[in-house]
Parts: sequence; structure tokens; C-alpha cells
Amino acid sequence: MLDIHDLSCHRGDRKLFGQVSVSVPVGRLLSIEGSNGSGKTTLLRAICGLTPPDQGTIRWHGRSITEQRETFTSGLIYIGHRIGLKDDLTPMENIQAAMQMSGHPVTTALARAALEAIGVEPVCYRLPTRVLSEGQQRRVALARLWCSDQPLWVLDEPFTALDARSSQLLRERLQRQVERGGIVVAATHQAIGLDPSTVQQLRLGE
Amino acid sequence: MMQGGLAGAVFGLIQRDLLLTWRRRADIATTLLFFVIVATLFPLGVGPEPAVLRTIAPGVLWIAALLSCFLSLGRLFATDYQDGTLEQMLLTPHPLAALVLGKIAAHWLVSGLPVVVLSPLIGLQFGLSGGAIAILTFSLLLGTPTLSLVGSIGAALTLGIRGGNLLSALLVLPLFIPVLIFGAGAVASSESGMGAEGHLSLLGACVVLAIPFAPWATAAALRIAVE
Repeated sequence: MLDIHDLSCHRGDRKLFGQVSVSVPVGRLLSIEGSNGSGKTTLLRAICGLTPPDQGTIRWHGRSITEQRETFTSGLIYIGHRIGLKDDLTPMENIQAAMQMSGHPVTTALARAALEAIGVEPVCYRLPTRVLSEGQQRRVALARLWCSDQPLWVLDEPFTALDARSSQLLRERLQRQVERGGIVVAATHQAIGLDPSTVQQLRLGE
Repeated sequence: MMQGGLAGAVFGLIQRDLLLTWRRRADIATTLLFFVIVATLFPLGVGPEPAVLRTIAPGVLWIAALLSCFLSLGRLFATDYQDGTLEQMLLTPHPLAALVLGKIAAHWLVSGLPVVVLSPLIGLQFGLSGGAIAILTFSLLLGTPTLSLVGSIGAALTLGIRGGNLLSALLVLPLFIPVLIFGAGAVASSESGMGAEGHLSLLGACVVLAIPFAPWATAAALRIAVE
């Protein structure tokens, strides 16, 4: 269970949002909506512990995330605006390097299966990531979601640059994550299209 | 490749950085050529007097090594910062300082170690004796890791700042002074018959001090940069 209490953040001199409180029980997707510049990304980064909030607390299963950094981060996947791929590595190498660094190493077979699951074409597997299109690169980054079973996923605009088929694959994956008792926090402009009983909404900037 | 845990993460990161350097080997070749060319310019500028060249050789080699190490420091965290892998490093369950130490080790392997390997050749060009070359090479072997370690603090502090490289030079080059003095002094001191042990032990002390302290300071600076 993810518990955000009385959270306030600013950027420069400008206050982005104040007194945001929301509780997300397991098996739910929290969709964070709001116009450009309303602080969606900052809120996601605060939830991960990258940007410390001005005030307020974030609890994961009852304990503040700053007190249990190790436990919290080992159960977290964050895919941000900068997707964290190395240009000169192939998609396979990228997945394996990222998973190894996060403490969940995967075999080549598993990395390949994950790339297949989000529809990255096999012809891309041996190419450096920099020659792929933006949509293909985003799919490579998202393939990490098929690699492991972390309970908390924090995704910044996960549907950006995806075609209809990949969007559908991602939607099914998110649905499976909430069905097996995981939590997804996603910033998004459009409706995610999951079973409404599992979606919770938070609007920033109101 | 399938090791879990902290050791797996650190060695995986070293492996990844070495692979990335291999894919961009022109960058490393540039830094090494820079080292060779700077060291070669001195005999041309100072004149071919063998006694003079022998005296200035250790200092010249050390300054060239220091500058070439510094050239490659700008890339240490910059690309990780731009493509978002640095954020991912911060979000692993491992202590950031340990991962940073892995990155510094990879940096030394591709920028410090080649300089150490090349230095006997440049030493010959300056007419140094066999003994002096041995001491010079050993002093570089002991001293260049400290350059990578201390340099990483500057690279992290100036991350994401416009003109950060120049600022980093102002921050870090003064911190290289002790290493330069002990390193270049080792050869002179052994030539004058006092033995190089004192200088070499001080170089060793520098690196022993920098190994626990520098990654920790760098990690703190990286956290601020990513905020």
C-alpha cells in the first residue's frame, strides 16, 4: 500500500502543488492527470525518492520510504521521461545491464522474451539503440516491465510514442500487474483504459 | 553475468562502461594521443639539451597524464545524466557510493592505465635511465587512480551546469597538486640518492584516503545533481 500524505513540492520559486494526499491500496492503478507544468513528473520523482518534497511523507506499506530505501527501491521500477537506455548498447544489452544494476539480473532468454512481449522486432536485437525510432526505444525501455515482478511501477507518460498495438500490449501488462496485487502509478494525458474499478485518479493543478 | 547482489551490480556496471568505451574507442584514442603529443611538445619547445630534458621529464609526464585524465573526466557522468541511467543508478537497492566506485574503476582502466603503459616509451624519448623510468611508471601506477577518484567529485559537482567542464577544471586541478608533487618528486628524489620510498608511500596514502572518501562525496554530489 502506497500512502502519500500532505505532499508539497516546488520548482525554482514556483509552487507546483500543495497538500496532495492519496492512498493507493494494492491492486490499483493511480492515474495522475493534469496540464503541462502541473507537477506530474515532480510528483512521480518524489514518490521514487529522487526529488525530496518540501513537506509531507510518502509511506510504502506503512513505513516512510526514506527509512527503508533499500527495501523500497528493490521493489520499484521507475521509467521516467529520460528512459535510461545507452545509445551504443543493443536493446538486449540495455535490458540486461539495467536489470543487473537494479539487483534483478536476467538471462538472455528472459530479456529476449520481454522484448518480444512488447513487440520489439527481432531485427532490432543486434542494432545499437540509437538507430531505433523513438517508439521502438520507448518499447525497449518498457520491456523491463516484463522482466521481473517488482510490486511498484512508477511510469511517466508510458504511452508516449507507442503505436496502437504496443499501447494495447502495455495496457494488458498494466492490467495484469494490478490483478496480481501490484501497484502502478502513471502520469498520463489520456485515459488509460483499464477496468475502472481498479483505477484511481488524481488531478493536479486544481 | 548472472551474479546478483552488490558485487554483481558493481561488476556489471564496470563491464557495461568498458563495453561502452570499446564502442566509442575513438574517444579514448583521442585522450591518449593528447597525452603523447603534449609530452612530445616539450622537447621541441625547451630544446634538445639532454640534461635539461632528463630533469624536466618526470614533471612533464605527470602534467600530461593529469591533463589527459582530466579531459576524459567530463564524460564520466555526463552521458548517464543525459540518458537517464544515472536516475536508475540512484534507484537501485545498492549504496550509490559503491556503484560510483565501479564507474571510477572503469574510468581508470581506460584512461589511467593506458597512460601508465605508455609512459616508459615517452620516458625513453626524454633519455631517462632504466631505474628512473621504473620509478616514474610505478609512481603513475600509484597516482593515477587518485586522479580518477578526486576528479569524479568535480565531474559530479558540475553535472548539468553550462560550461561545467571549465568550472570542474578550476575545482579539481588544485586538488591534483599533492599527487603531482609526490609523483614528479619521486624520480628526482631517487636520482639525488635519497630514495623514492617517501614519495611513493605518500602517493599510496593519497589513494588509500581517496578510495573511501571520494566515492562518498561524489555520490552526495550526484544526488543533488539529479534532484
